[in-house]
Amino acid sequence: MTVQWLRSLLVTLFATAVLAGCQSTAPEPSQPAPEPTRTPDTTPAPAPTAAPEAFDENLNPYVPGTTRLLSRTFYFDYDQALIQPDDLAALEMHGTVLRNNIEVSVLIEGHCDERGTREYNLALGERRAEEIRKYLVSIGVSPQQIEVVSYGEERPEDPEHNEAAWARNRRAILIYR
Amino acid sequence: MSSSCFVRLVALCGFLIIGAAHAEQSLDTIIIDAGYDKQTKIAIVPFRQGPEFSKEQPMAEIVSFDLARSGQFAPTNPDNMLSRPTTNTEVFFRDWRVLGVEYLVIGRTGVDSLGNLKVDYHLYDVFNEREMLSDSITTTRNKWRDAAHKVADEVFEAVTGIPGAFSTRIIYVLAMNAGSPDATYRLEMADADGERARTLFDSKEPILSASWSPDGKQVAYVSFETGRPAIVLQNVATGARELLTQFSGINSSPVFSPDGTRLAMVLSRDGNPEIYVMNLADRSLRRVTRNQVIDTEPSWDQDGRSLIYTSDRGGRPQIYRQDLTNNFVERLTFQGDYNARARMLPDGKHLIFVHRNNGIFHIAWQDLERDDVRVLTRTSLDESPSLAPNGSMLIYATQDQGRGILAVVSIDGRVKYRLPSSSGDVREPAWSPFLDTL
Repeated sequence: MTVQWLRSLLVTLFATAVLAGCQSTAPEPSQPAPEPTRTPDTTPAPAPTAAPEAFDENLNPYVPGTTRLLSRTFYFDYDQALIQPDDLAALEMHGTVLRNNIEVSVLIEGHCDERGTREYNLALGERRAEEIRKYLVSIGVSPQQIEVVSYGEERPEDPEHNEAAWARNRRAILIYR
Repeated sequence: MSSSCFVRLVALCGFLIIGAAHAEQSLDTIIIDAGYDKQTKIAIVPFRQGPEFSKEQPMAEIVSFDLARSGQFAPTNPDNMLSRPTTNTEVFFRDWRVLGVEYLVIGRTGVDSLGNLKVDYHLYDVFNEREMLSDSITTTRNKWRDAAHKVADEVFEAVTGIPGAFSTRIIYVLAMNAGSPDATYRLEMADADGERARTLFDSKEPILSASWSPDGKQVAYVSFETGRPAIVLQNVATGARELLTQFSGINSSPVFSPDGTRLAMVLSRDGNPEIYVMNLADRSLRRVTRNQVIDTEPSWDQDGRSLIYTSDRGGRPQIYRQDLTNNFVERLTFQGDYNARARMLPDGKHLIFVHRNNGIFHIAWQDLERDDVRVLTRTSLDESPSLAPNGSMLIYATQDQGRGILAVVSIDGRVKYRLPSSSGDVREPAWSPFLDTL
């Protein structure tokens, strides 16, 4: 995504400017932006200096210290908002990424499957996203870095009406910005 | 067939497809699934239709379909009629008695001296050979269907004693490709029979929980157009919109009080979903619930003194009623582990709501005095029940062959019909109050 790539470039430029003690804050608006090329997930971001190994060009975080992307989607059981024990390690790593990069923030989207009423699902989706927010805060992430939005059942990942689709739709997604 | 003829045929098909794309707004023709065993036999004789209205659907046809849809009437097929009177003097009751017809409707349409549509109609009780109704409607010429629905309303009330709700409208959400990058969501308004749909608002982001103001002039709904849920008020006639609330977290479930001065809603700005009431005059907010659980889907009792809402304070979603004067709370539903989104019937003694039974979601009805629960629907993933203003039927959202559609069921569960849609998923219906459509 061009916008996210530009945003990550701005973040990098801003960080560089601060490190250099430079007074000017914004880059030249006329400065031509390099062509945003989609690089494979395993290639480190082309941005210079700062913390180049933390995110790819779309601001997706890497597993700290590696070039593997960190999973950003977490699934839930039917009618439940409990974090799966298997997901704690990945969430721990998101905590590390956020603590090490206090200039980025994360939007946590909560989603539900289509069963149940839409308004109750809007609340349930928020509860799921909130569980993840609370966990990240409990491991030292600043609450200022986190925002939560629930889409309830309105934005299914899979539009089919079966158990497999429902399992894919009961999720929370971390979106870095 | 010559090649030029073939080209012309293809061109014609292309034209028809374009025409169909424009017409896709209206819902498809209603499919009636069930009615009462004993239906009242009524004959609606084809009206004398002025030449100015030759392109309109015959008015008697619109009236007949309205009455048939109620499940209470069996209109006589015009082919079987022995005579086709359009004036009082042409009526011979024996022609109708031999057919077993109990009620007879005749009428004439034309243009008056001011250029307005004028409809004269009569209703007769065949067995007692008595005129029950003789009335005329004068309105602008573009209100042909409105005039027809008005005739159906009057006939329905004269025979059953219950006000007709055929001159009403529905609003609903039409979602295309939900969840995909090219998703669109439209808030649509159509006549109660699904005809004449038009778009009130469209967005790339979800729309839900539409509801009417009691005067029918405004609608409130939830829109994600800003990337977050916001409550929007929209004037139906002018289209003017106002983003009413945009607090952090959930802003949803807007429902007008019966007197239209307050709007119940759900906000999670203080950490989790709570019920609030906004005074629409000064936009002040009163918080109604205060706890760590989900409270949502508020609606009003018939006199506006209490709120009915869904809460999982007992571990599972159930329906509660809270008195707004003394804050006394009582739980209303006890059967099953998922009861939600309740609406109170106008008599204040019955509820309709979404009820989960063996994992399947249906619309249920409950007598509050006897705690008697009756499941009204047999479709699946049923939700969002909304009552007709006369309290006799409810419209709800369901699934049919993997697609979201609207369906209607009578309060006793006996009458059922579907409003299919040839495109997209249709959901979140809200039946209007009585409207002055003429």
